[in-house]
Amino acid sequence: MVGLATVFGAGGGTSSYADIERTDVIVMWGSNARNAHPIFFHHVLQGVRNGAKLYVVDPRRTESAQWADLWLGLDVGTDIALAHTIAREIIHAGLVRRDFVERSTSGFAEFAASVEEWTLERGSAVTGVPADAIRELAHAYARAPRAQMCWTLGITEHHNGVDNVLALINLALLCGHVGRPGSGLNPLRGQNNVQGGGDMGALPNKLPGFQDVEDDVARAKFDAAWGTPVPPRNGLNLTQMFEAMGRGDLRTLYVIGENPAQSEADGAHAEQLLEGLDFLVVQDIFLTKTARLADVVLPGSASWCEGEGTVTNSERRVQRVRKALHPPGDARDDCAIIVELARRMGRDWSYPTMQHVWDELRSLSPMHAGMSYARLEALGGIQWPCYTEDTLEPPYLHGRLWADDPAARGRLAPFSIVRDEPPVESTDGDYPLRLTTGRRLDSYNTGVQSRGFDSPLRFGETIDVSPEDADALGVADGETVRVVSRRGAVTAPVRVDEGLRPGLVFMTMHFPDEVDVNRLTIDATDPKSGTAEFKAAAVRIERIAAPAWT
Amino acid sequence: MDLKIASASATDAERDAVDSLLGPPPEAARGAARDDRGHRVARGGAALREMRHLMLPVLHAVNDRVGWLSRGAINYVSQRLDVAPAEVYGVATFYALFSTTERPARQVHVCVDLACRAAGGHVERDLPAGAHASPCLGLCERAPALMVIEAGETPLREVAGPVDRDGVRAVVAGARCDAEPPVPAATPQAPDDGLVLLRRVGRVVPTLAGYLASGGYAALRRAHEIGPAAVVEEVTASGLVGRGGAAFPTGRKWAAVAAQPATPHHLVCNADESEPGTFKDRVLIEGDPFALLEAMTIAAWATGCAHGWVYLRGEYPRAEAALRAAIDEAREAGWLGSHIGAAGQAFDVEIVRGGGAYICGEETAIFNSIEGHRGEPRNKPPFPVEVGLFGKPTVVNNVETLVNVPVIVAGGAAAYAAWGTEGSRGRKLFCVSGAVARPGVYEVAFGATLRELLDLAGGMRPGATMRAVLLGGAAGGFVGPADLDLPLTLEAARAAGTTLGSGVVLVLDESVDLLDQMMRIADFFHDESCGQCVPCRVGTVRQREALARLVAARADDRAGDLALLRELAQVMRDASICGLGQTAPNAIDSAISRLGVLA
Amino acid sequence: MTETTGLSVRRSVELTIDGDAVTVPEGTTLLQACRGRGTEVPTLCYGDTITPKNACRVCMVEVEGSRTLVPSCSRKAEPGMKVRTDTERTRHSRRLVLELLGSSVDLSLTANVARWNEAYGADPTRFGPDAATVAQPVKRDNALYVRDYAKCILCYQCVDACGEQWQQTFAIATAGRGFGAHIATEYETPLPDSACVYCGNCIQVCPTGALMFTSEHDMREAGTWDETRQTRTDTICPYCGVGCALTLHVQEDRIVKVTSPSDHSVTHGNLCIKGRFGFQHVQND
Repeated sequence: MVGLATVFGAGGGTSSYADIERTDVIVMWGSNARNAHPIFFHHVLQGVRNGAKLYVVDPRRTESAQWADLWLGLDVGTDIALAHTIAREIIHAGLVRRDFVERSTSGFAEFAASVEEWTLERGSAVTGVPADAIRELAHAYARAPRAQMCWTLGITEHHNGVDNVLALINLALLCGHVGRPGSGLNPLRGQNNVQGGGDMGALPNKLPGFQDVEDDVARAKFDAAWGTPVPPRNGLNLTQMFEAMGRGDLRTLYVIGENPAQSEADGAHAEQLLEGLDFLVVQDIFLTKTARLADVVLPGSASWCEGEGTVTNSERRVQRVRKALHPPGDARDDCAIIVELARRMGRDWSYPTMQHVWDELRSLSPMHAGMSYARLEALGGIQWPCYTEDTLEPPYLHGRLWADDPAARGRLAPFSIVRDEPPVESTDGDYPLRLTTGRRLDSYNTGVQSRGFDSPLRFGETIDVSPEDADALGVADGETVRVVSRRGAVTAPVRVDEGLRPGLVFMTMHFPDEVDVNRLTIDATDPKSGTAEFKAAAVRIERIAAPAWT
Repeated sequence: MDLKIASASATDAERDAVDSLLGPPPEAARGAARDDRGHRVARGGAALREMRHLMLPVLHAVNDRVGWLSRGAINYVSQRLDVAPAEVYGVATFYALFSTTERPARQVHVCVDLACRAAGGHVERDLPAGAHASPCLGLCERAPALMVIEAGETPLREVAGPVDRDGVRAVVAGARCDAEPPVPAATPQAPDDGLVLLRRVGRVVPTLAGYLASGGYAALRRAHEIGPAAVVEEVTASGLVGRGGAAFPTGRKWAAVAAQPATPHHLVCNADESEPGTFKDRVLIEGDPFALLEAMTIAAWATGCAHGWVYLRGEYPRAEAALRAAIDEAREAGWLGSHIGAAGQAFDVEIVRGGGAYICGEETAIFNSIEGHRGEPRNKPPFPVEVGLFGKPTVVNNVETLVNVPVIVAGGAAAYAAWGTEGSRGRKLFCVSGAVARPGVYEVAFGATLRELLDLAGGMRPGATMRAVLLGGAAGGFVGPADLDLPLTLEAARAAGTTLGSGVVLVLDESVDLLDQMMRIADFFHDESCGQCVPCRVGTVRQREALARLVAARADDRAGDLALLRELAQVMRDASICGLGQTAPNAIDSAISRLGVLA
Repeated sequence: MTETTGLSVRRSVELTIDGDAVTVPEGTTLLQACRGRGTEVPTLCYGDTITPKNACRVCMVEVEGSRTLVPSCSRKAEPGMKVRTDTERTRHSRRLVLELLGSSVDLSLTANVARWNEAYGADPTRFGPDAATVAQPVKRDNALYVRDYAKCILCYQCVDACGEQWQQTFAIATAGRGFGAHIATEYETPLPDSACVYCGNCIQVCPTGALMFTSEHDMREAGTWDETRQTRTDTICPYCGVGCALTLHVQEDRIVKVTSPSDHSVTHGNLCIKGRFGFQHVQND
């Protein structure tokens, strides 16, 4: 979100799912949508059926990669090197969309100079991808009348995740693949309302509707509406909070619907910090590992089926969630809990229904102003921005960049100068394997929600290795081994996966109670977004001597 | 695609069979060796999906080599063609010549269909152990017949007929078939009968030299001179209509395809001759394969097709060999390829061997089959001239229709139209079989009577008395001795409430059990229904059940089931997707109404 | 560069249905045209998220000039067409199709069939007790859904939903031929060994109850399934950020089934295993 907001001023995917179906080239970069976003992948497949070429960039030959016209298996953490190589090839092949670059972007010359060293040979050497494949992707993307760039956590869960995003945006700017029907940039959100959380201002530097906390004019509007001054400084992101906990500056934490004791990288350390707090409040629908550490647990409700409200999806579509079930026992609606807390603190927040909360938001966030509940119902959700109750904006963002009138074009989209940086942790003789993490189809994050149903596809946590590594290590499919990183060790059965190459191993984070993979991952984080480098740790695999009882 | 492949692996022989057709797995493809490049790049997507049409050839390759399709084999086909195993299985189980259970390499298919059972051949219930009942093998002039398929490194496909019961037993026990009689044995007409379509069969050796020496490719030269539009005009003016049974004007079909802006256009020659009693296309291909190639080249020229397909039924090994040899020779000499004749026409032909499914003779089922799918007919509209093979404008003509084309183009439309009648222009082949003295393929101008045709065939076999004649095959209708003066024209047949269909003339004498013939027809449609639409899928079952009850019932207890047959007939005719279901009740209905069987 | 934002203008087509002049947009099927004016045409294999296969042939209508009846579900309206929906031929065809299917398949859970049997005078028992059927045991090979192919009319919708029209997993296909044609995994392998990803999109499109949530199947067997006591609530899936629309079917404060609205732009009636089956964590046990 940070990368897109930096360049375009709005932190949202620029296209719609329908645009994916009407395009000529689809690049899925660091995204195994077939597993992680299956219904989005339906739209990709419709696009492919309609004739689009599909390119998948991923260290693993994933399920998504198996659909690709061309899969490019780069080394983990070499995304910027690959993007720069593609950029240089586009520039040198004379495939830059000149009119767009000249009229609608800034900083091209500096950018071009910054990627000049990234010849196909160098790019190939750094990324491991053969030069002809890089060239092919560069030419296909640049020559396509319309092209979509999609990414997920494979891009963002790095210590330089924002730079990764900026490197991809540079490619779209070079080719004019943004702000047009069928062309755009699409981050796929990992959680059902991660976009909505950002929209609502659940970011340390934003008020609802992506209005800056440090913008005095914007803040004044909220001060007036809320009858209280909003603190004028940006807050802390999750990583910064943990750092503050580590320093002892942050002593109290109120956690709603998160499980940081298990979801944070270097989980043992996170747990230690949470335990050291003066006061921890957790509001959740489950007694999660984090909740078990809490001083007070507030039983909340499952917002998607036990309460009313809205969520925003990856195409910026705001949609209604509705109450179908009563929360169990003493559990209460999340909003009711917050209102009740406010009351105990001496504030009377009177919101008879969730619609009243929403209408207040609409009065303060211009990009949501036109989205009445009635309209959300009638239209099956509305994509932001939606400024008035009788208009809809085009289903893609930043069409302004193509306006003939320079004034209408607004702020030029800047190229970003970013540097290729390898993952924080290198592999070496002691930890020779690159561990990367991801999702499976039937499970979700730490498994809190997904472990409840009886999935025929589920086989628990495994350490996935290439056939070559399995041979070299002398381990068999199904054999339990110890996986060791510089921070910890876990045991898990081996699963041989032909989608992996030698040196690359894979685990999920779906089964932390059985195999706490985040004991292995590194808590190196991106200073710009606070996202941790889940995608690149260094590990070794040790055979466990045959136990005596076998 | 993201295939999920179960653990069963192909044997070396199965893998070899597939690779012999597709080549070894390309670099970095699924199933290829894992190497440095394969760890970094892989290709799939559209390039793989475009191989789907190799499904039937690949399944044949495995079946030819090992005799059946194992899970491992299907998994390997699945990987190579990027098609899910369930889909491959769905295709494999559609075609009768494939098996998804293990069976001996040597399979003997004994024809139990109309002409062969009328000739005293085996029926389903008295087959020797180890033999399979087969629908019509297209060898009716030498009924009763059988076919042997023996899988192996050099697979064997041979046919034999007539074969008596001892002969069947011997072949089942492993004996080789007797050599086939020469092709002209199937065309007993005298050379001086003014034959046109059959003029080369048995008289000119089917080589390119022989073909050229006998006037071959003169029509193509003229076609190139006058241009595509003029060729379409000639064919339209000739009054040629499709000889497969539907009698659609060929010129109109061609004009429609020629006018389609979508490209490429495809030409499909329907050689899936499976109508019981029909064997003329087999004889044409065996005896004069270059005529078919020239005709296809002209058709392609006229309609803008660069690619031609011959969908040849899997039970015709000799025709396939003859056609393959002709294609090779024509290609070698530049009569197929990227630069044909003075016009520099680009055109080539590919043979697709059918897998044992009558329905694939339907003009849209044939597309699905070529594309590597189950041979289920498509809904029309859109019609093939707009949306046909691979979704592109497509001409579908059967073999006999096509071989008229060089005659028309070389001799002119007027000369051609002078043959026949006002409503039925030109010449027609008939497949005369059954109780006649000289069964075979006969060529007459439209308008000859049934009696004249049978006289050409030497009349009834000595001692035989005519009971009925089946015109048009299982999809056609019975006529009786009283109908012998029926002129063999489309209009006269229509007026008489019958059909010429594909040209079957199966003569049945008094010794033949008509009820048995009717039951066989009911069985045939029951077996050959693709199963897609309800009127045909269930209707053919209920028709068979009702007929079986009628056969067993007392004469005074038939009214209910006779009424039921009529009701079934109406829904099958009115509501089936394709011609199979629509014609499935015809012959049975005609036997009851015209011959008074079961009265 | 193509920069089209064009809204294609749909021309209108004039035709007559049962003698009445009707105007519909180009591309409208005869079924849509009939339903648009309130003319009931029965359908069995038709579903609104799948390209019509016109396999059941119960929606046949008479079009002047056409030798055979015409499937209204897939035939597009053409200018000047004269369509009759209620003639002796259409009634005969519908009656026979209802009888042919009803005599071979268990249609007890297929909507409207009893009413249509009545309306068209169909008697599925008329073929006698020995008429061939597709009766067979229920397939229960996984925890999430059951397959009762004795109820399968071969509408092909599950195959198309699993295959090329939506999910593109191709775990199932039509196998065999004729009356033996049936929906199958490769070599009839149980679902857990097949390519099935349990998206349940096949269940969603099944018109006959042949494919069913295990929860629904068990409740029906126990006699506790009661749609009159169920609510249906539209909401959004709690898992990834795609934003799939769910319809929760709730009986006695428990989710008993999940579907997806077929007209939703994100899902078109499709979900993944998590959206379809991943609700156990909110069940009030």
